Amino acid sequence: MTLRMKLLVVPCAALSFAGGVALATSPATKPAPSPPASAPLPKHVVPTSKDGNLVLGLCDGETSLEVEGVKDGQKLTREQAVRATAKLMDDWRKKNPDALWDDVPGPALAQATPPGAKKSPPPAPQPNPGSKPAGSPVQAGGVGAQTGAKAVPRQEQANLQTGHTYGAFSERDEKVWAESTQAFVKEGHRVFHDAEAVGGTVGVSCDMCHPDAANTHPETYPKYQVQLGRVALLRDMINWCIENPARGKPLADGDPKMRAMEAYIYAQRKGTKLEYGKH
Amino acid sequence: MANKFQSIETKHYAEREAFFEGLKKLDRRAFLRVAGISAGIVAGMGKLTPNSFQLVNVADAEGQKPKFSFAYISDTHLYENKLNDRFVRAILKAVDDVNALDPQPDFVLFGGDLAQLGTAGELKLGAQILKSVKAPLKMMVGEHDWFLDMGEQWRDLFGKPNYSFDHKGVHFVVLNSILEKDFWTERKLTPMERMKIVAGLDNGIQSRFEVGGEQRQWLQQDLAKVAKNTPLIVFSHSPLYKYYKPWNFWTDDADEVQAILKPYEKVTVIHGHTHQLLSNRIGNIQFHGMLSTAWPWPYAPEGLPALTVPMNRADPFSQFDGCGNGRMDVLESGLVDKVYNLWERDPITVRASFLGSNGKQSAPPKPKLPTY
Repeated sequence: MTLRMKLLVVPCAALSFAGGVALATSPATKPAPSPPASAPLPKHVVPTSKDGNLVLGLCDGETSLEVEGVKDGQKLTREQAVRATAKLMDDWRKKNPDALWDDVPGPALAQATPPGAKKSPPPAPQPNPGSKPAGSPVQAGGVGAQTGAKAVPRQEQANLQTGHTYGAFSERDEKVWAESTQAFVKEGHRVFHDAEAVGGTVGVSCDMCHPDAANTHPETYPKYQVQLGRVALLRDMINWCIENPARGKPLADGDPKMRAMEAYIYAQRKGTKLEYGKH
Repeated sequence: MANKFQSIETKHYAEREAFFEGLKKLDRRAFLRVAGISAGIVAGMGKLTPNSFQLVNVADAEGQKPKFSFAYISDTHLYENKLNDRFVRAILKAVDDVNALDPQPDFVLFGGDLAQLGTAGELKLGAQILKSVKAPLKMMVGEHDWFLDMGEQWRDLFGKPNYSFDHKGVHFVVLNSILEKDFWTERKLTPMERMKIVAGLDNGIQSRFEVGGEQRQWLQQDLAKVAKNTPLIVFSHSPLYKYYKPWNFWTDDADEVQAILKPYEKVTVIHGHTHQLLSNRIGNIQFHGMLSTAWPWPYAPEGLPALTVPMNRADPFSQFDGCGNGRMDVLESGLVDKVYNLWERDPITVRASFLGSNGKQSAPPKPKLPTY
């Protein structure tokens, strides 16, 4: 985590709670760029640590946490980040005992690597498909009062029906959602291009036979897969490839890697006609 | 060792081979007798006057006898054996194939991408395996061999990446067509990071392939002494034309290289990299792709040359389907009939006369399962 980074949305998949947790660095750095609307946004000023430790702020705008042993400007390890965010959420739930918050399991365990598994070479650096590093709406000022039902008619400059929670999302909401979706697809792109991540043991990654996910034809599933002698879904074929050419262990249906790869493969076929059962 | 239990396939192929061998040996009288018998059978079945393709083929084979043949193995993408024995098994199968050719080819071309990540271990393993090829070996470099140490280990093992030679009246040129403009220094990439970016077909960080100005100049000088009616056969790892840029099925200065080859009457380019049945013709130049032993690539979403009759898509459940090796029969004319020896399928020949007639004559069989 660098000093310049104002807010960091921790990937929902890793932390397993919706909404994400926004982490703020100490107030010593320059203020957040002003949003397009002129109304001042509420600021979450986190206390300064007397030991110079990193202080994290929760997105409720109140709760904060000093991370022992990590200086301001240093990077958190994944383990430290998971512990810190869990603690922040714990504090928040104590403060809000009436909040309807579902218990969710901790971060999903990574796929087990069999003992003595051979090391495949690490993946190559990849270009960032479709992501926009600058101008992310998430970093533009956090969730504020401008988000939501009242802002929609004004933003669209039209006399729209209001009072309906379901449709009450703004352009900004949609950007946030698009970005989350893109992050999911990007994670799939990563797994798809990494022999190790997919659990392979012979250095074979998916992209070696399927550049840009070509010839994965997700639009043809479900279909009767002659070689399997049964009807298959795309994920059955993903697992088949993991087990055979890549010589890895199949992924569970709900495995984040499986979900992410499905997302990536479908994203590559945007606009293709669905033709289930096609051979 | 004689095996008295032969599978149906073995019997079928043995009978088929004996039949075609027999046909070739027929003298004129016997030939007419067979023709008469088959015509009689067909007439007896109530069919129309036979237009027997077999007779035409036999007559054809007499006139278009190849002057000589050479074989190829390409795109083996070896990892070290302790990591991955799958690709090692495949190259061994290919070596067995070319060693079993009877008559033996005049030489064997290795089409590049011997290694997967260009390490000394991978290249040395490949060099070791290729030593058991009986015919003389001609080496060509691919990007997977090059971008870890910019070809140092490869040159140590196999010598210069670009060279030329003459064989039975044909001038052969081997190019290094996988050079790329520097994308790594500015990004401060390690050699292995650079290698892996290039190894990723759909990794857009890398530059496009090129032969480069220096080598084009060398080519021009090399060809200066060659008569314009001498047949030319050029080996390049990447296709020397522009097929699909995002996957580097592409050579950036292909137009400039083609311009150098244009004055020659008969030019054939044999390339690797695309791992698929691929045919093209641009003016006087005929192009043939080579199969990989490691895995087949799908056809690119656009840019496929009109003269390519694509191969059936590969069965993912078979390691060897869609892979293979092949043979080039150099005809009296100096052009090439390209035989794709597809493992687990019947071979497919793409003839010079098919490309020469712009697809009007001797078309190869069409695919039943096109790509999605």
